[in-house]
Amino acid sequence: MFMRFFHRMASPPYFYVISGRWLPWLAVICLALILAGLYGGLVEAPADYQQGDSFRIIYIHVPSAWMSLFIYVVMAVAGGIGLIWHIKLAEMVAVSSAPIGASFTFLALVTGSLWGKPMWGTWWVWDGRLTSELILLFLYLGVIALYGAIDDKRRAGRAAAILALVGVVNIPIIHYSVEWWNTLHQGPTVTKFDKPSIHISMLIPLLLMAGGFKLFYLIAVLMRLRSEILERERNSKWVTALVGSEDRRQKTEDRVQESDVDPRRVGP
Amino acid sequence: MKQVVCMKRRSTLNAFYFLLKRDLILNFRRRAEIANPLLFFVIVITLFPLGVGAKPQLLQSMAPGVIWVAALLAAMLSLDRIFRSDFEDGSLEQLLLSAHPVSVLVLAKVAAHWLVTGLPLLVVAPLLAVLLGLPVDAMGVLVVTLLLGTPVLSLVGAIGVALTVGLRRGGIILSLLVLPLYIPVLIFASNAVDMAAGGLPVTAQLSMLAAFLALALALAPWPAAAALRISLS
Repeated sequence: MFMRFFHRMASPPYFYVISGRWLPWLAVICLALILAGLYGGLVEAPADYQQGDSFRIIYIHVPSAWMSLFIYVVMAVAGGIGLIWHIKLAEMVAVSSAPIGASFTFLALVTGSLWGKPMWGTWWVWDGRLTSELILLFLYLGVIALYGAIDDKRRAGRAAAILALVGVVNIPIIHYSVEWWNTLHQGPTVTKFDKPSIHISMLIPLLLMAGGFKLFYLIAVLMRLRSEILERERNSKWVTALVGSEDRRQKTEDRVQESDVDPRRVGP
Repeated sequence: MKQVVCMKRRSTLNAFYFLLKRDLILNFRRRAEIANPLLFFVIVITLFPLGVGAKPQLLQSMAPGVIWVAALLAAMLSLDRIFRSDFEDGSLEQLLLSAHPVSVLVLAKVAAHWLVTGLPLLVVAPLLAVLLGLPVDAMGVLVVTLLLGTPVLSLVGAIGVALTVGLRRGGIILSLLVLPLYIPVLIFASNAVDMAAGGLPVTAQLSMLAAFLALALALAPWPAAAALRISLS
């Protein structure tokens, strides 16, 4: 039952139709989570006794930083699945995740630096975590650049998947090297968040935001995947049928056309 | 049965040696190209005192980092040669078609590349360290870090070259792919030289570098071989 579901999901036409049905629901849940999280974080939660109101940036910063790591792992796992079982859709998940992950990494760096200016008195310190986040951004940009440089998109996806896998082996090594390098140079003088000591009224909005961000990623990756599928399969019958039917629908608006595509009938 | 397995292993080893020998001969016939990365290494290090000023204190404290960053760049610039010419004349395709595991052949090509580009750095680096005023005590450690570190650069770099070998302008992308992966080597190697210059023990750093070398030696040939297959498909 489940295996059959997964096998069918790996077929691009079927996936295209199903994901189109999911998107509105996901968008509603994502919006609800983010709004609840923002309300809880910006209004309900009390100000921090030391940092005042400026701590509230963690509701963007911390979920972004979590997502930046999470998406890299997703990318590598999807890439590995794509390489091993030759599943086109998994490769597409890997390459569509890269720009989203890079954006989250960038967001985490920017919000961290905005927070650092009033708190640490500087936009940037060569702290272990900051530096490894910056290197993570470079790794993402490498994957994006490699995918963009190869014209044959099938080959480009597989090359990017290999790079993502090499990167995921390297991330822990880079992270601990950088931490080690930092502690040798300046010692733990930099203040950091004490995560376990966070109050429950501050924690719940944070978790809501984290859930909202995860769903946002899911929505963004689904949308990128859908356009990637259309682009790659533009010469197949089901895409021409789909695009053709939508053209016709726009021309004759009164005529309601059922555009549900049955994968068994119109598969390439 | 056992004999067949034995023979096969033997012939893979033979293939390794033949490929290594062939690459070394090819490189030796184009000696000018061997000198280029080395010259680059020397020139980059010469630029630093001109750029930051010739204060001995400053130069001495910068020396480990400068030498290692220059070594990183020199290694990266010469990487393209591992597969490029073989890709252009089609012999890379023949290698992939051979019955031997591609990862072993990749290892042979990387070994040849390191002997030609990494080993000369070891010889020149102490001279440049003298120019930058690095204490004599740190010289030995510098050579050891280069000995352990530059093969890692060649091995990890081989993955990047294998991914970009089919591209017309692969060079700039190669640097984007490979340089972030070089960071751990840079950190531990330059730190070891720094500590040695201050008269502190460096066993931990050297052990880490040795661990990186073992890890890269064991793992890097596989993705490089897979990447070559994709680049040539």
